[in-house]
Amino acid sequence: MATALPRSAVGADAVRPGQHTWMDAIVRWAFITTSLAFLAAVLLAPLATVFVMAFAKGVKPYLATLADPDTLAAIRLTLITALVVVPINTVFGLSAAWAIAKFEFRGKSVLITLIDLPLAVSPVISGMVFLLLFGLHGWFGVWLQEHDLSIVFALPGIMLATMFVTFPYVARELIPLMQQLGNDEEEAAITLGAGGWMTFFRVTLPKVRWGLVYGMVLCNARAMGEFGAVSVVSGHIRGLTNTMPLQIEILYNEYNFVGAFAVASLLTLLALLTLIVKTLVERTGYRRR
Amino acid sequence: MSFRKASVLPGFGLTFGFTTFFLSAIVLLPLAALVLAAASMHWSDFVHVVFSPRALGSYRLSFGASLLAASINLVFGFIIAWTLVRYEFPGRKVIDALIDMPFALPTAVSGIALATVFAQNGWIGRYLELFGIKVAYTWLGVVLALTLISMPFAVRAVQPALLEVQRELEEAAETLGAGRFYVFRRIILPTVLPAVLTGFTLSFARAVGEYGSVIFIAGNLPMKTEITPLLIVIHLEEFDYQGAAALGLVMLTISFAMLLAINLLQTWGRRRPVRAAH
Repeated sequence: MATALPRSAVGADAVRPGQHTWMDAIVRWAFITTSLAFLAAVLLAPLATVFVMAFAKGVKPYLATLADPDTLAAIRLTLITALVVVPINTVFGLSAAWAIAKFEFRGKSVLITLIDLPLAVSPVISGMVFLLLFGLHGWFGVWLQEHDLSIVFALPGIMLATMFVTFPYVARELIPLMQQLGNDEEEAAITLGAGGWMTFFRVTLPKVRWGLVYGMVLCNARAMGEFGAVSVVSGHIRGLTNTMPLQIEILYNEYNFVGAFAVASLLTLLALLTLIVKTLVERTGYRRR
Repeated sequence: MSFRKASVLPGFGLTFGFTTFFLSAIVLLPLAALVLAAASMHWSDFVHVVFSPRALGSYRLSFGASLLAASINLVFGFIIAWTLVRYEFPGRKVIDALIDMPFALPTAVSGIALATVFAQNGWIGRYLELFGIKVAYTWLGVVLALTLISMPFAVRAVQPALLEVQRELEEAAETLGAGRFYVFRRIILPTVLPAVLTGFTLSFARAVGEYGSVIFIAGNLPMKTEITPLLIVIHLEEFDYQGAAALGLVMLTISFAMLLAINLLQTWGRRRPVRAAH
């Protein structure tokens, strides 16, 4: 209340409240400093550490550790998993968004909540459920063994766990976007005689393309980086069922810090790339919610 | 067809059918397997696993550390969101983009990086050591890892709400003689409160289930620095699937409760401005 007095004495332009007082300058300085200090300690220092540790012994050991056959196998496995999982979840996301955004039906909010469910589940549980289904003591365990099929501790299990964890990402980008953009153009296209697929590819897809790109990139980042769920179903067989994050764990626990942080640096670059794509997508005018 | 409203657009049967089928196969059926595995246990076995001293110790750490991390993010998330929304400074846009880093960064990477920075000889750990504070391999490390991975939820929940605060109201209040804290308490806080609470709940929900980043920085000692997800993994490694499913069911129930709380908070937040207008 006391601050109101001196202001009334100054000219009209300077009285704009909330600005140009020494108290405001202090508050502003305190907020910016606190934010930056917090982010520096919790976020920037760990990010910098990844690269400092990876190159601690120079560029040659860095490249040598990446060329290790087990590490290469882990990189290959991660890429294969993402190559399978991301397209499947993209098709699912498009399908879910079309059903939810284009039509009104009962139980819609329940469906949306169920699609979001994997986000609320601990990654360990996301992996465990597939052990319970396909593990030796699981529902289909005996049948799978009789037919000499393995899902758990093999590639299909890793893909399933990854698919579970990254399931909602494309859908939850597309649903609000499609709802917001409305159905007018699609309805016009149909009335003018276009078929369903043609309407989808020529009208809807171009409209939502940036949201789709962002959803896919996010889905990909999570797919390549998933640790907990994959760790539970992978069985940790070196050179066979180790993805990049699992390879990081093994190298780190062997005190091979250059190796662990070298693999980590690749995933960190992927994360940075993801954020860059996100920023570029937002610059096109597309805003998340 | 009372199930859905008529529409000229085609493809409802195909997309709705595919969506529900795929959802059931990938998400619902596996989760049902978990519930059934836990339900098939004898009641006394279930209680024995779920209320064992080791499990109780893990809940205390998982929920305690998550609450603490969510509270830290409540304060710092608000400060960061405020800084990003209200102030211009060099590098603001880069910082704004980097807030999402913990989303995109694999948890294993966050884990080993935090453990290195906060180890006794690490960049920050060595200074904390001077004050006798040990972070890595203690419960503080768990709180730190959970704070990092749940930080974006708190910031991103508050940011849009802060943008909605009407500056005219604040300015009017100030010209009428309201002090800084009065404006904050009576104008800013009521507007952003639902968002702040949503951010808190989202942070907490994310932190409770976290596994990857924690196991590298926690000492993983039973009863002391062992989180519940790790205890589940230990049960699984001993092929005690039922025990793991029982603990999983406890965590799943809490996740559902969190989801419900988030939905209620968001509904409350959407309704509030309307009510204020009357």
